[in-house]
Amino acid sequence: MQSYFLSLATHIETQLAANEVSTTWLAAESSDFVRFNHSAIRQPGHVFQLILNLQLIKGQTHAAMSFNLSGEMDMDLPTINTAIQDLRAQLADLPADPHLMIATEISDSTQILPSSLPPVASMLEQILAAAKDVDMVGLLTTGTQYRGFANSYGQRNWYETSNVNFDWSLFYATDKAVKSNYAGFTWNEAAFLSKFAAARKELALLARPPITVGAGNYRAYLSPAALNELIMMLNWGGLSEKALRTRHSCLRRLQSGEASMHAMVNICEDSRAGLEPGFQAQGFIKPEVIPLIQAGKLVGSMISPRSAKEYSLLTNGAPEDESAKSLVMQVGMLANADILKELGTGIYIANLWYLNFSDRATCRITGMTRFATFWVENGEIIAPLNVMRFDDSLFKMLGENLLALSQETEVIMDDRSYGQRHTGGAILPGALLKEMRFVL
Amino acid sequence: MPAVDFCSMRVVDERSEELLVRQNVLQPLRNARSHGAMLAVIHDGGYGYAATSDLSRNGLNTAMQHALHWARLSSGKTVTNFSQIPQAAVLGQYQGPAASIWTRKDLIALLMQESVTSHFSDKIVDWSASIGVTQTEQLFISSAGADIHQQFNYLIPNLSVTANEGSETQTRSLGGQYNGFCRQGGMEVLQQSGFYGAGKRIAEEALALLHAANCPSGRMDLLLMPEQMMLQIHESIGHPLELDRILGDERNFAGTSFVTPDMFGHFQYGSELLNVTYDPSRAEQFASFGWDDDGSTAEKTWIIKNGILEKPLGSALSQARAGMAGVANSRACDWNRPTIDRMANLNIEAGSSSLDEMIASVEYGVMMNTNVSWSIDDSRNKFQFGCEYGQMIRNGKLQELVKNPNYRGISESFWRSLKMVGDASTLAVMGTPFCGKGEPSQVIRVGHASPACLFDQVEVFGGEA
Repeated sequence: MQSYFLSLATHIETQLAANEVSTTWLAAESSDFVRFNHSAIRQPGHVFQLILNLQLIKGQTHAAMSFNLSGEMDMDLPTINTAIQDLRAQLADLPADPHLMIATEISDSTQILPSSLPPVASMLEQILAAAKDVDMVGLLTTGTQYRGFANSYGQRNWYETSNVNFDWSLFYATDKAVKSNYAGFTWNEAAFLSKFAAARKELALLARPPITVGAGNYRAYLSPAALNELIMMLNWGGLSEKALRTRHSCLRRLQSGEASMHAMVNICEDSRAGLEPGFQAQGFIKPEVIPLIQAGKLVGSMISPRSAKEYSLLTNGAPEDESAKSLVMQVGMLANADILKELGTGIYIANLWYLNFSDRATCRITGMTRFATFWVENGEIIAPLNVMRFDDSLFKMLGENLLALSQETEVIMDDRSYGQRHTGGAILPGALLKEMRFVL
Repeated sequence: MPAVDFCSMRVVDERSEELLVRQNVLQPLRNARSHGAMLAVIHDGGYGYAATSDLSRNGLNTAMQHALHWARLSSGKTVTNFSQIPQAAVLGQYQGPAASIWTRKDLIALLMQESVTSHFSDKIVDWSASIGVTQTEQLFISSAGADIHQQFNYLIPNLSVTANEGSETQTRSLGGQYNGFCRQGGMEVLQQSGFYGAGKRIAEEALALLHAANCPSGRMDLLLMPEQMMLQIHESIGHPLELDRILGDERNFAGTSFVTPDMFGHFQYGSELLNVTYDPSRAEQFASFGWDDDGSTAEKTWIIKNGILEKPLGSALSQARAGMAGVANSRACDWNRPTIDRMANLNIEAGSSSLDEMIASVEYGVMMNTNVSWSIDDSRNKFQFGCEYGQMIRNGKLQELVKNPNYRGISESFWRSLKMVGDASTLAVMGTPFCGKGEPSQVIRVGHASPACLFDQVEVFGGEA
């Protein structure tokens, strides 16, 4: 695929007029998806797709289009030639763009992550065998993802990864389940079976009669997966330079100093995690680390090339939506073994669900508990909790009410696949809160 | 075609362009063509699919081998015997409303005009105007004899204005910040949605909201306008009634449902004023079509009648699995995703009350409009929604503006508290291009038409000071 992409890039450059510049971004995949329900196969299949985004630039005027390719040069070169002609025609309709920024400093890279995966049929057999006598639902995703960038200045970047992500839930009843995940660049049967067995063990706790608690404030522990849901709300425009400038960001009071988080809170974008390519779709290279929140204060933002031009700043290789893609939160002192003891009496939350802002200005977020969430008394799990709605400010949850962060972290890969399989993710600890506000 | 129990091919060719002017600067065009094929094979009870952007003979052959491989591999290990599912054998053509679209230059000029007129105060810190145009052509053929050709034209207008003063920020939009006025058709959609001149209107509303008090808290009557009703229908009627959710397919991602199969035919979902239809026949609506993506014929169907739950939103496959009748809603977001149950157009039928009558009936309450925040539990039961715009009602009259209006409740008791339904003059045709569901993930188009509706004693609250 890499040599195919390099040939495409070379061909595109031969089609340009003297005063034209091109950028090319390829996202491709050859993926298998197996969807399960009731420990049986619901939808198995394969997706092969190539999506090319081609941009034509003339002075400060530019036009771009994305389209599918076949992977066969004979078919694809005429498609590309037609696209370039279409883009030239578009340029005539468009005004000069004052916020266009082009990566002119050539920085080549090739990143092919090592992997070792058995045939998908083998993984499938192991999963079905493990799931006998239990109600399992989930998705097995595996295959290869490709990202490539090229421009007519000669820059070439390539990222390729083959991985597997099995995301599954074991159900006891309607909304009582244990959600688990096994992901990586290798598939180790023993490691997978160990994770599956751990999930089965937790499932037994869900058989206890559930407890309903009333609205009010409760001591709570958020697992890394649950904390990730909250942190991803910050990442929905909150860390964006444009959103901060236009006062949309949920962190605008953190920026102004009207609000702060606990000194334990340190968050950065860390490209060294390898969760995504080290380059973005316009060819800008990401720094290894972008500090965003340090000691509870906002110290940085995600700055796309476009915002950099608009606000006279330096870009830090942020994507167009200015979200963090490899978000890392610093750990604390709480050992995993001590979590229940330190929680004492309160709510152990394994997962949160369907979050949204109820008051963006105060970073107030609402959402639901989901899956294995337990009522804990004196450090002992008593019973599963019926789903509860929370509505609380993150300035409080990660501010005055933050008691501790766990020593251990979890790597949470972005397993979304809207249009195509996504890359990226986060590395986070768990969080112990003095109180969290539940409302319904 | 291979010697199998069943195979099908769905080819999609979709061209889209979005023009966006932000702060009087044309943003980079979003211009895309999505073109590929989805092949499906059923054999010996097994099922497999393969999607490919390689439309060469070799590419399609390779895809067919992948689909066949999965059908063989899954035989005897599937949730149902796929070979026993009835398959559609329809021949047909469907053409959505024709689309007259202005030239790109004229569209840019229109957007620039709305943008410029939106910005008349230094307190307006961000503003944008956009129009998205999409043409989709789809072919479905199968070994059962189906041969269906459908063409659609979509238009999505949007305007959004943000005002700020100190730490207070308020945004108003045309139909919601997530494209609530999406419809099928051409430039007439702009007129229907009130696009012309709306930039100035919503800017004035955003500025007014800056100085409004927070919505008060308490139980009170709640009058919801269509720009919020569309979301209420979507989350707390549409999703819980999707039959694949009820069958458990979505439990690992999008969730399950508080609705169980035994409820259909007698469960009182809402008050007797609640009448809900699945209606793919309203041509201008966003998710109207002649046949679903597996070839089932689409027709208007009553889902909830006089408050009683009648039918689920289940496709032919789900109907066979559950043993109950449903609708033609097997749909995929594009060629690269398999079909699942989707709500398509789900509408509340108009009632008999005028807007003035509804307002006059309220002693103490609030009117809310235009969704901005949405959250609902895994079973689609406990919800909390927020709106851009609120206005108090006291002693039968609309009173002062309130900001950050939110409300929460539980689906079943909420719909039973429906006490007045607006007449046709209050009805608006809305929708969303962004309904997420499925593993692998899919975002699809849905439509929701609704009149204004009045609910009795709902838990309401505002933002923090």
